[in-house]
Amino acid sequence: MLGRLCTIRILQAIPTLLGVATLVFFLLHLVPGDPVDALLGETAMPADREAMRVALNLHLPLYQQYGHFLSGLFSGDWGNSIIDGRGVLDLIGERLPATAKLAGASLILALVIALPLGYWAARHAGSARDFGAMGFSLLGVSIPNFWLGPMLMLLFSVTLGWLPVSGMDAPGSMILPAITLGTALAAILSRMARSSWLEAMSSDAMRTARASGVSEQTIWWRHAARMAAVPVVTMFALQLGAVLGGAVITETVFDWPGLGLLTIEAIQSRNYPLVQGCVLIIALFYVLANLMADLLGLWLDPRQRNG
Amino acid sequence: MLVLVSAWLMHVDGHAVDLDAIFAGISAAHPLGTDALGRDLLARLAEGLQLSLTVGIVVISIGGAIGISIGIVAAWIGGWVDSLLMRVADIVLSFPGILLAIALAAMLGPGVENLILALVAVGWVGFSRLARAQVLALKHAPFVEASLASGSTAPYIAVKHLLPNIAAPLLVEASFGLAAVIIGEAGLSFLGVGVQPPNASLGTMIREGTSLMLVEPLLVIWPGLVLFMLVMAVNLLGDRLRDRLDVKAMDTHV
Repeated sequence: MLGRLCTIRILQAIPTLLGVATLVFFLLHLVPGDPVDALLGETAMPADREAMRVALNLHLPLYQQYGHFLSGLFSGDWGNSIIDGRGVLDLIGERLPATAKLAGASLILALVIALPLGYWAARHAGSARDFGAMGFSLLGVSIPNFWLGPMLMLLFSVTLGWLPVSGMDAPGSMILPAITLGTALAAILSRMARSSWLEAMSSDAMRTARASGVSEQTIWWRHAARMAAVPVVTMFALQLGAVLGGAVITETVFDWPGLGLLTIEAIQSRNYPLVQGCVLIIALFYVLANLMADLLGLWLDPRQRNG
Repeated sequence: MLVLVSAWLMHVDGHAVDLDAIFAGISAAHPLGTDALGRDLLARLAEGLQLSLTVGIVVISIGGAIGISIGIVAAWIGGWVDSLLMRVADIVLSFPGILLAIALAAMLGPGVENLILALVAVGWVGFSRLARAQVLALKHAPFVEASLASGSTAPYIAVKHLLPNIAAPLLVEASFGLAAVIIGEAGLSFLGVGVQPPNASLGTMIREGTSLMLVEPLLVIWPGLVLFMLVMAVNLLGDRLRDRLDVKAMDTHV
């Protein structure tokens, strides 16, 4: 039963991924006018223009361009950077570890803040403490990360001189980017943890447990925690993907040499094949994270299997 | 307690509006200083704030109208139309929203119109999913079937019966969407794919301010603070709407 459902969900992701690839393919064709003009300027030599046209497959009819694009994706040929001719996948591979490190650190940070805070707020629901915790959560979702980053830099690097301003070579260089990226996650997760904990506590099962004399402590930690974990775990898996979107901005702020910064560099240098590759790889991770959230939900919560 | 909460919410809400009024009134008398090019910071903040709100409202209006129409059509017609439309929505949702907006804006080229286009392309999806789910729940409600039986056309039912009944959750979605669009606009402008200098957007101001942080930190502090307050006010509005409208919805059920 579970296996069959999982297979269905996985199969359902395939047309979506194909659609994602198609959208990414058409990104290049959104460039107004002739992309070659945008790249080389209108005064370029005809020979150069022709070479660029061939390099981007633009000399082919649209359906053949699309065919080349798709078959390239499957055979691992994601095109070449138009700046230095290197393979797009190689360039992405070089930057992936930095992003993985940053995303991992900020997700851990978010969990460490959100779970205790959500629990604490739920435990004292309706009190000033709950109010304070949710106030923090509101601040966290409202603060733009491209401003939080510079503010942290200003305080800890410029004024106090405790931490390096940017880059990833100096010790401690990950702290500020991880806080910048993790704050919104922590805010979202703590809200989620609070509400799912409260919901679990008000469920019939907990009422029964309470009526049969199980201690409040046991109810909170053994029974409600288990129920509350389902939406939190699912949300966490969803955030695994969302963090990649935030990484684009955070990496730009801190000059962190990951996938996000690569995307922005590619955009600024109009390196269209690289832009397409970056967007595609991030979307791919995002779809996988969402799929994982889906499957985790099915596994943890038998009620979802009927849906 | 509830009174206290709402009083506090009112206060912060009012604060955003106050900022607006102050900017309009006394910018000449009390400037916050000037930026690297000698431009009045307060005037630029006002311009940026106005741009944030304008882009936000335009995007939410267009995106909302498109998304809600698509959602209602998908739910009402069902079948392959529904499958197709929702598949398109799935594809858009397969990208982190900000990334797709960045990529679209970068490809379309700089400028406010393209910025709006990119944000609408990402923003309609939430509305259409929500509207679809709501209409599916209402489609076979007695009052809808009665109207259908008495010969009403589908567009008439959509406007007269469906829309008023699904308005509350859509309004809440719109207010949280507005906060997201405002951050999105500033984020895109910050990255250089949105509003272009010399026009003032809070995002471009933060970008310029960051590069001058060591010289004059206030140039990055102010625009961010205004943006932060604006987003928080809109989020609070969303929270309050959600609480209010949920209560109302529950009352009518009882």
